[in-house]
Amino acid sequence: MTRTRIKLVATSAATAGALLLALSACGKADMTKQASPFAAAKGSKSVTLSVQTWVGAQSNVAVAKYLLEHQLGYHVDTVQVDEIPAWDALSQGRVDAILEDWGHPDQEKRYVQDKKTITAGGGNGVTGHIGWWVPKYWADAHPDVLNWKNLNKYADQLRTSESGSKGQLMDGSPSYVTNDKALVKNLGLNYQVVFAGSEAAQITQIQQFAKQKKPFLTYWYEPQWLFNQVPMVEVKLPKYTDACAAKGTKDPQSIDCAYPTTPLQKYFNTDFAKSGSSAVAFLKNFSWDKKDQNEVSEMIASNGLSADEAAKRWVHEHPDVWKRWLPKK
Amino acid sequence: MSTAAPTTTPGALGSADRLGPAAALLRRRGLAKLLLLAVAAAVLVPLVQAKWSGAAWPGALTVDVSGPLGKTSDWIINNRDSHWLFVYFLGHLSNAVVISVRAVYLLLLALGWTGVTAGLTLLAWRVAGLRIAATALVSFLVSGLLGMWIPTMQTLALMVVAVAASVAVGALLGLAAGLSDRLFRILRPVLDTMQVLPAFAYLLPVVLVFGIGVPAALLATVVYAAPPMARLTALGLRGADAGVLEAASSLGATGRQRLLTARLPLARKELLLGVNQTIMMALSMVVIASMIGAAGLGDRVYQALASVDVGSALAAAIPIVLLAIVMDRTTAAAGERLGANTGATGPTWLRGWPAWAGIAVLTAAFALAGRLAGSAVWPSGATVAIARPVNDFKEWMVGHLYSGVPVVGGTADWAAHFTNWVLNPLRNGLTALPWYGVLLVVAALAWLIGTWRTALTAVLAMAAIGVLGVWNPSMDTLSQVLAALVVTLALGFGIGILAAGSKRFEALLRPVLDVMQTMPQFVYLIPVVALFAVGRAPAVAAAVVYALPAVIRITTQGLRQVDPAAMESARSLGATRWQTLRQVQLPLARPALLLAVNQGVVLVLAVVIIGGLVGGGALGYDVVTGLSTGNLALGLVSGVAIVCLGLMLDRVTQPTERRTTGKGA
Repeated sequence: MTRTRIKLVATSAATAGALLLALSACGKADMTKQASPFAAAKGSKSVTLSVQTWVGAQSNVAVAKYLLEHQLGYHVDTVQVDEIPAWDALSQGRVDAILEDWGHPDQEKRYVQDKKTITAGGGNGVTGHIGWWVPKYWADAHPDVLNWKNLNKYADQLRTSESGSKGQLMDGSPSYVTNDKALVKNLGLNYQVVFAGSEAAQITQIQQFAKQKKPFLTYWYEPQWLFNQVPMVEVKLPKYTDACAAKGTKDPQSIDCAYPTTPLQKYFNTDFAKSGSSAVAFLKNFSWDKKDQNEVSEMIASNGLSADEAAKRWVHEHPDVWKRWLPKK
Repeated sequence: MSTAAPTTTPGALGSADRLGPAAALLRRRGLAKLLLLAVAAAVLVPLVQAKWSGAAWPGALTVDVSGPLGKTSDWIINNRDSHWLFVYFLGHLSNAVVISVRAVYLLLLALGWTGVTAGLTLLAWRVAGLRIAATALVSFLVSGLLGMWIPTMQTLALMVVAVAASVAVGALLGLAAGLSDRLFRILRPVLDTMQVLPAFAYLLPVVLVFGIGVPAALLATVVYAAPPMARLTALGLRGADAGVLEAASSLGATGRQRLLTARLPLARKELLLGVNQTIMMALSMVVIASMIGAAGLGDRVYQALASVDVGSALAAAIPIVLLAIVMDRTTAAAGERLGANTGATGPTWLRGWPAWAGIAVLTAAFALAGRLAGSAVWPSGATVAIARPVNDFKEWMVGHLYSGVPVVGGTADWAAHFTNWVLNPLRNGLTALPWYGVLLVVAALAWLIGTWRTALTAVLAMAAIGVLGVWNPSMDTLSQVLAALVVTLALGFGIGILAAGSKRFEALLRPVLDVMQTMPQFVYLIPVVALFAVGRAPAVAAAVVYALPAVIRITTQGLRQVDPAAMESARSLGATRWQTLRQVQLPLARPALLLAVNQGVVLVLAVVIIGGLVGGGALGYDVVTGLSTGNLALGLVSGVAIVCLGLMLDRVTQPTERRTTGKGA
């Protein structure tokens, strides 16, 4: 019996090999057009949305998903991907839409303008801003810390075992847009950029600092739910100008001004955008404001609700906002 | 296990004396090697120093590969949908993956929770016995109760395909290496090396070619999990009893017949061990692969961590741990039964094809029953939410331990001290040490413990790091690895000695070690940050947690295997327990302890890299950056540096005698 089984295994291995060869000899298989094996089997009424790691993006997706499922009868799959790989996945059709992009000029040029595999979907109504922030309890005691020129005075207070003799400027996930190393150097600051490595680690650390009322300086962005838990105030960096931005695109090492304020954008896979389905019309209309987004984010992140549950509650309370998004019949 | 284990006869306290000359010889031979190195150094160092002064790797000796790598990356992106390599070969590969995973997934869904649970429990019963079947049953019910049924099925589908592919690829490679001496010589170092590589290093190249998604995740898993199968298949085929083979050929069996009827059956045990190791490695990839789009449980863990939700992460991690334990026990038990050659226990009707048919019929019946009862997926009402209590507990623990604990200080204070007094000096020391000094130390260590070949590999690996221009971050990573290794060994040897001394303690420890070994590292990264603050300290702590079980196990086993007669006689000569341990047990268990060091260092490296996610910085952070920003140059170079570092650490700690089992040992 063992003998036959082994023969069987050997034959099947050989067959599998031959099959693979045969496969590669016949026909094309464009892997940029392949769906996930776990995508819904229900047929065409299905949408895949990209969720980024931060909670604000999760809120967008949660609400869009809830409405697509309950108002338009779609099945929605979500995939968690980092920002830049998400562009790649979008161009390949592995996801149909990104609902919150913080500006990636290189990718935009490559995929939207050159390859035309991605179509811009307009703003999502929220304006994003990156900056340096300190906790409010500390800023109240030392108001002059809010100007970057005075930061060196406070470097001592911000020392940690990771930053050594300098003050610690905490950065988060490596995938987020950051010029902090260049800024510290070009502004002559006595600070060391310490990378928390992930947003989760950064948030945990901020919460710990806040619990002990310790001072800290961190790279952060808004809208962000953490502000509701740990109030923070932004440190003024040299004003953002177009000239400075132009200089920065030429040589990222030379940048010496604040981060811009970015209206967050939606992007769709081109084939999806042209499909004319009601999901596209809905997602194109999708647009809310910072307050709405934070309401959902807060429920997810600090009240411990699941994204679906949070979306459900928000949808029940704000029909005036989302009724506008539904495509006209 | 032969280096320093003289046969112990009664009067074994004398073995310390008898060790004397052997050790002296070893020392003398070591001395000669050192002397040779010193001479070489005396000649080379002034030359090198005159040409390139300074501690860091000289800039003149580096090669900048970012240009070509950037171009490669662009080329791939631009040609992915048109070039023949992609559309006619890789595309089909990716398609095959999607189709097979989907097929398995749909089958699992069609069986429903009743069918899957019943089928797999019966399978475990048939293959491994009642106790393991009960474990399987409980595991699946728990996965359902935690509300993780669908993700568990997705992961299971992925695992089935990944393990099947790994076993097929591994077995084919192993077969080739087992039959051809030349292939064996070529493949063996490659496979040995692949086993020490941290999984993180594989991700980026796969993602670049296949894009984010299941095909990429599955292929990375296969690359990671196939080597143990290949190694063990080759070893099993080569280890076949020559007498049996002789007998087979004298009976007129052709080469093929000999292979099918004698060599493969004789290697059954190794083959099953290979399957077991492959499964464990594939499962350990589940969460890491979620960074590149593997859905399922890993993705749930990863998403939960984005909102710092340890409770939800744990809810998704428990099924992973349970799956791992069930699969490990089942395949291990199957292996033992084969070895014992008793066949299945139980009544006759449970043996042979009727049993398989019975399982199929019962599974179908249960699936149908589930269907009729109207719940193909786990009923959504019947779940238990553990996230909230777990998070509350975590908050409580962190709140009480973080800082200001009387006398001992809080964990954050420890972390700060550890960073200031251990990690910083170590890193500064390593970066201040001239690069040729590092190379010499590496050469000396590797040569003392191994052969000139291992020493050469180690030195070349280090040199490659320098040439790639990532010397400083590599030294940073190395300092973390060394610090974590010291802590791991101190704790591991200590606990291992205790466990070797008490059967009851060992039995208590076993489930804890199982969980520590299979729990995805991502789950404890966040509590670790909450306790130790962002930085290198949490990375080190996570590495210790991960590497500890292997070290404890090997130590315990090694100490247990020491000849009881030797210990008995030592005791009868009036040695105290401590004396017996120090003078008899530990020296005799030396090979096992060395193996523990070797395994420890490999495991520690793997997690220190993941520590890049919690502020570990250095190479781990660079790999994550490369991965998350699609920067091939940065990610790949750092990945290669990690590989080199792993290679060097393995060679430096690897005793001349090769180990036969893989990472999970």
